[in-house]
Amino acid sequence: MTLEAYADTIVPGERRTPDDRAIAGVSVGGGAVASGAVELLELPGSGLGEMLEGFMAMLNGHAEEYAAEQSLTLDESVPAFVALPFPDRTALVVRLTAQDHPEKGVWIGLAMFSNMAFDSAAHMPTLDALAAGHPGLLTIGYLKPEPDGVWRFPRFSYGRALSQLHPHTTATGSPA
Amino acid sequence: MTSTEQTDVLVIGSGFGGAIAAYHLAAGGAKVVVLERGPWLTADEFDQDFEIGKSFTRIFDFTLGEGMSLLSGNCVGGGSVVYFATMPRAPKFVFERQGSIGRRMWPASVTRESLDPWYDRVSEALPVTMTSWDEVPYAGGLWAAACNHAGRTANPVPSAVDVSMCTNCNWMMAGCKFDAKRSLLLNYLPGAISHGAEIRPLHEVQYLSRNDDGGYRVHYSTVDEVDYRVHHTSGTIDAKIVILAAGAGATPVILQRSEETLGAMPHAVGRYFSGNGERLNTAVMNEDRVRDVLGLSRENGLAYAANQIGRGPVVATWDHLDANLPEYERFSLEQLYFPPGLGTILAQVPDAEGPSWFGVEKKELMRQWPSWLTIFTMSEDDNEGVFGPPPPTGNANRISQQMLGQGALTYRPTKNTRRGWDLSDAEVREILEKDGLSRVMPWTNDVVGAYTVHPLSSCRIGDDPETSALDERHELRNHPGIFVTDGSAVPGALTVNPALTIAALAERAMPGIVRAARERGVAVTYVGSLPGADAGQATRTPSLDLV
Ligand SMILES: Cc1cc2nc3c(=O)[nH]c(=O)nc-3n(C[C@H](O)[C@H](O)[C@H](O)COP(=O)(O)OP(=O)(O)OC[C@H]3O[C@@H](n4cnc5c(N)ncnc54)[C@H](O)[C@@H]3O)c2cc1C
Repeated sequence: MTLEAYADTIVPGERRTPDDRAIAGVSVGGGAVASGAVELLELPGSGLGEMLEGFMAMLNGHAEEYAAEQSLTLDESVPAFVALPFPDRTALVVRLTAQDHPEKGVWIGLAMFSNMAFDSAAHMPTLDALAAGHPGLLTIGYLKPEPDGVWRFPRFSYGRALSQLHPHTTATGSPA
Repeated sequence: MTSTEQTDVLVIGSGFGGAIAAYHLAAGGAKVVVLERGPWLTADEFDQDFEIGKSFTRIFDFTLGEGMSLLSGNCVGGGSVVYFATMPRAPKFVFERQGSIGRRMWPASVTRESLDPWYDRVSEALPVTMTSWDEVPYAGGLWAAACNHAGRTANPVPSAVDVSMCTNCNWMMAGCKFDAKRSLLLNYLPGAISHGAEIRPLHEVQYLSRNDDGGYRVHYSTVDEVDYRVHHTSGTIDAKIVILAAGAGATPVILQRSEETLGAMPHAVGRYFSGNGERLNTAVMNEDRVRDVLGLSRENGLAYAANQIGRGPVVATWDHLDANLPEYERFSLEQLYFPPGLGTILAQVPDAEGPSWFGVEKKELMRQWPSWLTIFTMSEDDNEGVFGPPPPTGNANRISQQMLGQGALTYRPTKNTRRGWDLSDAEVREILEKDGLSRVMPWTNDVVGAYTVHPLSSCRIGDDPETSALDERHELRNHPGIFVTDGSAVPGALTVNPALTIAALAERAMPGIVRAARERGVAVTYVGSLPGADAGQATRTPSLDLV
């Protein structure tokens, strides 16, 4: 749940059910979670799987500290980071990914994988993701391949000269 | 006890520097073994697929550093397999640069003029050709039209893509499954193999030691083909000469690790690293303005919306490559494509109220992804990168099974470097925000630091022993018989894409290296041929020995 809430802070999405707690529901359409962020992070290929539990404990620790500092009372029925309202989740992630934060590497890494799940569905074959209407690929408008599953764009050029060349271009087409 | 193999020449890495050396030494009659850390894939194994574990992650490396992250190839053929094949020559003034040392940093013998014949050779071997306007994909056309509208010039850039075979799929970074991209798998490497060179993939060199006869012992370990964090066995090979060509992010690390066995390295090993002054800006194009202001339209009534279509950088403006401008004010601007997965996280939201690289507003920016236009700055940085102590193996502590690792590079951009970036950011904005064409923001450096696909100069050639690790013949100072022919030998940023210059320098170094090999008892001559009829697809040898 904490991992979902983190991924949703990076690329927010809409709630799966009205009482969804992990997803804050601040954006229309699926975000990182619906795009498979947790699946991606848990794949052996990410190399992070075994450490995720520890990272989430750290994150909830930071969330508790943050809440105390901001005098927020957290709902104790969910992990502390999940209990934070979305703007506070965001503020905490800004703090954790700041240049001088000692754990920056961890939080940036998780953010990169969350984003990657959304914009490239890296946890599954791209053709399957497109066929299944992967929310991230759909959101970015990623074009589909030809029927044989291979990308080709036979029309690709405006087909005409669009600028003056640099006056010192050499015969090989390079700068002088 | 395991026995040590013998060879005349041991080449470390199979990118531009490694492949060219392997070809000429093998063609001249030497016994050549190439050790390459990455796997050996051919066209039918290059996937158009973002899934982890497909060719996109198998042949790629993304090394995080402090203040700078590096992208490079990790496979037989090195960067040539993942690159965009944009191949301009470096402008004349580059060779006169002084950079951070306050005097000319290139060896006196190297100028654009003296390098031109070597540029010619590489251009013939790959081959490199001019791109015509009707072959320029939409993104390049848009950049050209915007430059023109702003009173600038723009050029289609010479390229090693055979456009008659190219499908404009923009999957170049996962390897070209159509072999339209003239990677080293299609010329120098098969040429080397046809002359008896042996290429061993998944062999990562760790360090070198010296033998009593003045030759070297190369210590490697074999890498698991799926989980690159796992090493299976280790071994050694003795060679009369060693060519280091592991790339500018790895060559100095191997040498640093070898200090214990080889003795002190020249001061410049692992210093003066340059990221080629790279910087990226993303513009979100206003489709209506593209139509109305620039008069552009394409099929189905669209104006642009073609970020995904094409093939990497194709058009550049060279207006700021002016020898009369002071150093650090010269740069080129090239349109570029990064696939999702790598190319979106660092783009920032113009006028963001919250965080600019993640969150609600960033997601909204992603909805406009088809209308993004990315512009790539190559400027004159200050060679400020320094490598810290080497990790236990390779050049990074691997985090993921493939692709992602943490390296020991520290890069703190100086005022000079920042000045070049600021000037280029302002120029991109002036061109692309004119008349409401778009909104532009540079990629953030706050997430993974600056970002380079063109690592250079970590072990550079020069005349001055204090500031160059190699003499002008590419021989490592105080360690005769070790040569470096990859991007680490290039003294500084080039203001354009570097592969053709790296390759031309490697070609230029070959007669001297052949001579040095002869002096060390290797029966080899410099033939001066180019891979030609012998260079079909690089077929893997059946004797391939992975363990
Ligand atoms: C996405 C991308 C796009 C690019 N586009 C362009 C472009 O359009 N034009 C251009 O000019 N340049 C481009 N480049 C840069 C270009 O690819 C590099 O400049 C070039 O490949 C560098 O050549 P090299 O010989 O120095 O090293 P590389 O080509 O990087 O080769 C080094 C090889 O050594 C191997 N290696 C590393 N460590 C070890 C070890 N310990 N043991 C054994 N092997 C090892 C690596 O796996 C690699 O194969 C691009 C790069 C990237 C990443």
